[in-house]
Amino acid sequence: MSVLLLADHDNGVLSPATARLVAASSALGVVDILVVAENPASIAAEAAKIAGVQKVITVTATPIAETITNSLENLAQRYRNVVASASSVGKDVIPRLAAKLDIQPVTDVVEILSPNRFTRPIYAGNALETVEDPQATHLLTFRASAFRPAASGNTAPVESLDISVTSAAKFLAAHRTDSDTPDLATAQIVIGGGVSVGSAEGFQLIEKLGKTLGAAVGATRAAVDAGYAPNDWQIGQTGKIIAPDLYIAIGISGALQHLAGIQGAKKIFAINSDPEAPLVKIADVALIGDLFEIVPQLVTELERLGLKR
Amino acid sequence: MKILVAVKRVVDHNVRIRVRPDGTGVETTGVRMSMNPFCKHAVEAAVQLAEKGDVSEIVIVSIGPKQSNDVILTALAMGARRGILIETDAALETLTIAKLLAKVVSEEQPDLILLGKQAVDDDSNHVGQMLAALTNRPQATFASQIVVKGAELEVTREVDYGRETISVPLPAVVTADLRLNTPRNAALPMVMKARSKPLAVRPATEFGVDLAPRLRTEKISPPTERVPGKTVGSVSDFAAAVASEVNEMEAL
Ligand SMILES: Cc1cc2nc3c(=O)[nH]c(=O)nc-3n(C[C@H](O)[C@H](O)[C@H](O)COP(=O)(O)OP(=O)(O)OC[C@H]3O[C@@H](n4cnc5c(N)ncnc54)[C@H](O)[C@@H]3O)c2cc1C
Ligand SMILES: Cc1cc2nc3c(=O)[nH]c(=O)nc-3n(C[C@H](O)[C@H](O)[C@H](O)COP(=O)(O)OP(=O)(O)OC[C@H]3O[C@@H](n4cnc5c(N)ncnc54)[C@H](O)[C@@H]3O)c2cc1C
Repeated sequence: MSVLLLADHDNGVLSPATARLVAASSALGVVDILVVAENPASIAAEAAKIAGVQKVITVTATPIAETITNSLENLAQRYRNVVASASSVGKDVIPRLAAKLDIQPVTDVVEILSPNRFTRPIYAGNALETVEDPQATHLLTFRASAFRPAASGNTAPVESLDISVTSAAKFLAAHRTDSDTPDLATAQIVIGGGVSVGSAEGFQLIEKLGKTLGAAVGATRAAVDAGYAPNDWQIGQTGKIIAPDLYIAIGISGALQHLAGIQGAKKIFAINSDPEAPLVKIADVALIGDLFEIVPQLVTELERLGLKR
Repeated sequence: MKILVAVKRVVDHNVRIRVRPDGTGVETTGVRMSMNPFCKHAVEAAVQLAEKGDVSEIVIVSIGPKQSNDVILTALAMGARRGILIETDAALETLTIAKLLAKVVSEEQPDLILLGKQAVDDDSNHVGQMLAALTNRPQATFASQIVVKGAELEVTREVDYGRETISVPLPAVVTADLRLNTPRNAALPMVMKARSKPLAVRPATEFGVDLAPRLRTEKISPPTERVPGKTVGSVSDFAAAVASEVNEMEAL
């Protein structure tokens, strides 16, 4: 039972999700990592350090759905499991690969019950489906946030696979959100802001609180649609799925599509002017009041307490 | 340009669903159903392209029970020309859905196939990508903007790091994200007119596709309930609670 795991990376840096995927995949067998990138060397070197990795395979190509799918297809016969993160890349390529290999994939897995039994959320996380996959090869995506990271300290060998992969679709441009906040999907603390934050300037207040706590910053769809926050900050059914130790939701009503993204949070704190807001109802700790008054005071208070992370 | 749009009938996104106590699934009897929101954005994108002038025909296809006619009618009222219902009462897997759609693609030969990026019931996010592979076409998933440039599309996609723009030569498959556009509500005359547009109903069994599922659903269970917490009275109490959480966190 062996695993081929597709590594996510951005801007030449390995995604922090990879160590979690390795730990999760180890339940299925020995893990080899595939890196498809224009310059895979430094990404592969990072991947080789993750404990439990047997080897890292690199393909030099512009990563886009067709090149990644073709690389995976080239290697897939050697493995019983092909795994990717339930990220924008994994979601793009695993179903494409599945159709090529005529395999029904199981995606957004949050729990591995046995090598062929998995749990995945449906209906925006309002139900959990347990499926048995009797197919000879399993195509899977895992939600990184549901698993703990593997340790580092490994020195797995790196091999380059000399294949030429092409794509009819061409990559034109990346529009990257400039931000030095931690990765949302794997952050330990997340601060979320809703549409009631009122403006992009208002979001600087949320970001300031984020900095104080070393937290990642997220937003509701309503806040993103209004242009107050970038799209890659969206948390929820259509955005990112988070599972931090602490989620602080500020001016967020708690629509079920938003709750879909935060169900894995250990503790949920809420600041809201409405004591009846659904998010207040499920929060472990809530403070009722005006966010514009509360958040600056909270920053001062936390600075006074001297939390340094 | 000919456009095919695949639409799915799902439990309305405003309905708070209930898991059946016997673990066999989600209660759908007597529950309000409507077109999957992502599919609405896909239909709107097709209609907007047609309004710009370079579209010969918009065809709608849905796979599901007889009642899926309703969502096809919604799409026809938004401006599509004709509909195809592939009728089945069975719960089909995504790969089977994609194979049935691929048969329709080989009959209809559309230049552009639009789908929603995911359906809000099963949240799979599979079908567009699978259909692209089965029909050997390039794909542009999670689209928030589509610009026609001759025989190519420039598509801006919502991805984890922000957005990216790619070009895809036609014929191609594009899946719609929610920020692609604002779907119209069809006016009553359009709704009336939709009823006279052609709608072919064909049994799923006539396409020569094996409809049997590969996976076995063992059970559907409700998620664990969160225990209600407490409301604190002041910012300093709230800050103290935050501090105590942070201090308890194990270093990763
Ligand atoms: C198919 C579909 C998918 C969706 N996917 C997502 C998704 O992925 N993520 C997502 O977030 N949403 C998603 N949505 C949208 C979702 O339904 C809600 O509309 C959205 O989450 C609401 O955002 P909000 O909480 O910011 O705004 P609102 O619901 O408007 O809530 C604002 C809250 O702020 C509080 N408030 C107002 N003023 C103040 C103040 N001064 N101080 C403190 N509190 C204040 C109010 O009491 C209220 O609770 C989706 C919807 C659909 C149909
Ligand atoms: C064992 C088993 C149990 C199941 N149980 C249930 C159940 O309890 N409830 C249930 O509702 N389903 C059930 N299904 C059905 C199945 O999971 C999904 O309906 C099917 O896989 C489509 O998934 P999706 O809608 O999430 O696809 P996605 O890939 O998320 O859909 C993306 C897009 O593809 C297109 N599309 C998808 N489906 C259709 C369609 N039917 N017609 C036209 N276009 C379409 C749409 O444009 C849609 O926006 C079950 C299936 C199996 C095999």
